[in-house]
Amino acid sequence: MEFFFQLMVQGLSVGFLYALAALGFVMIFKSSSVLNFAHGELLAIGAFIFLVFSVRLNLPIPIAFIFTLAGTFALGFIIERLFLRPLIGEALIEVIMLTVGLAAMFKGLLLVIFGGNLFNYPDFLPKGLTIQWGAVVIQPVYVASFIIGIIFLSVFGFFFKYSSQGIYMRSVADNQPAALSLGVHVRRVFALSWAIASLVCALSGIILGIMNGINVHDISVMGLKVFPVVILGGLESIGGAIIGGLIIGLLETFTGGYVSTSLKEVIPFVVLVFILLVKPYGLFGLVEIERV
Amino acid sequence: MEDNLLLQINNISVVYSDVIQVLKGVSLEVKKGQIVSLLGSNGAGKTTTLKAISGLLKPENGKVTEGSIIYQGRPIHNSAPEEITRLGIIQVHEGRQPFKYLTVEENLRVGTATRWGKPYKKDLELVYHYFQPLVARKNRLAGYCSGGELQMLVMGRALMAQPKLLLLDEPSLGLAPFLVREIFEIIKRINEEQGTTIMLVEQNANMALQIAHYGYVMENGKIVMEDEAVKLRENPDVKEFYLGTATSGALKSYKDVKAYKRRKRWL
Ligand SMILES: Nc1ncnc2c1ncn2[C@@H]1O[C@H](COP(=O)(O)OP(=O)(O)O)[C@@H](O)[C@H]1O
Ligand SMILES: [Mg+2]
Repeated sequence: MEFFFQLMVQGLSVGFLYALAALGFVMIFKSSSVLNFAHGELLAIGAFIFLVFSVRLNLPIPIAFIFTLAGTFALGFIIERLFLRPLIGEALIEVIMLTVGLAAMFKGLLLVIFGGNLFNYPDFLPKGLTIQWGAVVIQPVYVASFIIGIIFLSVFGFFFKYSSQGIYMRSVADNQPAALSLGVHVRRVFALSWAIASLVCALSGIILGIMNGINVHDISVMGLKVFPVVILGGLESIGGAIIGGLIIGLLETFTGGYVSTSLKEVIPFVVLVFILLVKPYGLFGLVEIERV
Repeated sequence: MEDNLLLQINNISVVYSDVIQVLKGVSLEVKKGQIVSLLGSNGAGKTTTLKAISGLLKPENGKVTEGSIIYQGRPIHNSAPEEITRLGIIQVHEGRQPFKYLTVEENLRVGTATRWGKPYKKDLELVYHYFQPLVARKNRLAGYCSGGELQMLVMGRALMAQPKLLLLDEPSLGLAPFLVREIFEIIKRINEEQGTTIMLVEQNANMALQIAHYGYVMENGKIVMEDEAVKLRENPDVKEFYLGTATSGALKSYKDVKAYKRRKRWL
């Protein structure tokens, strides 16, 4: 029973990590229909920027964290401006191929700058974060992932639900011509969705880095996990991305705990194939409202 | 020019995809504070004319290739919709284009995009004042609203932007007669009480000419007739072709040869 509980909490916190990463992916897809294949590289960039601030520049951790978020947010804007904006109006496949190119370029840059070694953050998480409950011990990083996940998913949830800017973003995803007719700055919405995506990717990249260490290849491969998550949750739905993330996180952890650790990495993709066969729009994909 | 002129379209041509010419030298004027109606049958180029004004041709690969559009003394025919909307020109698309997955009130809030960050509570109240049925639907997804509610929603959403020139594209399309009367009554009140200048595109010439001050008739990408609305209502040709109340006995066919000759006079 304790083992079950432990896996459950770990699974949920890994799930929040996936949910954050998936949120970034879904945002870009929702606003501009672009599948971002450079997603894993955005995770890696975030993890390395935090490494630079915290280790190389030796800044206090909270400052390094805030700088990383601000930096990756700005980076998202810049990526959209430099690479995506010139392609607005071109065929979607060209834009998607561009993101494949971006992935290769980012990975190359990171390898040139940092090399392919494994790096580690200093052990900065307070030991007090450890949860001990009988024989159950939850490591601080899982608790931190849980907390960060809940905080940021709520923040973005409120942002999209209540803030004007969030409502403009959803209007573009919903009906672009109508949004244009009301003066919504569609290009700005695209840029903002890249900025937010890049920021939430950094968050999950940092957590991944704390869990497993930081390595260009390992982290960018984690970007692939976002596919089972969003396919499960439905590409269009932010709520679905969160639930999809939690389900995949739990599935993985339970498989690792009860079945075998080598199967753990495969399970999300088995789910992916299964879902695509049975429910191609995802469990929580939008039901098209058809009424005139 | 006279100061009470808000919009002036000078002899514009519009071409889609570089080859399909739809407007062939359209000129018209809109005076401040008036309702100007643009009539014509399907495919005449009414929607294209509105899109040329609002800048929404661009996303459809359309372009004003000749002529000019002057709004408050400045040319706007090459501007982007983000700029044009911020000058106070808001177009309401034909066929009601709600944000289906947003609630009614969220739809209305998108109307504040041109003045992000400014207070909008008063505007919401104003919209609910004109479109009372929306109050009860506030928190419902727009995708589940009825046609009449949606027409109110998209017009209310445009009103949230505090437009100086409101471009309405066939607001009566597909609505029951009693709803059409209600909608037109509200359009008239908005014009009178808010001083909003309105350009009203309609196939329902009868209703449109009852509330408009001035009217233009379009055919095949050209303006073929223009006059005070009162006079257009009495014009025998308008009666025959657009009001469906021919005075000379039986209703004549649209493609009638005699009628064609008569219409030629305005070409
Ligand atoms: N995006 C477009 N590309 C090419 N042709 C178009 C486009 N939009 C409209 N047209 C053509 O322009 C003509 C006028 O259309 P429109 O302005 O919508 O007329 P109306 O609103 O009076 O019915 C039609 O023949 C239509 O087929
Ligand atoms: Mg039309």
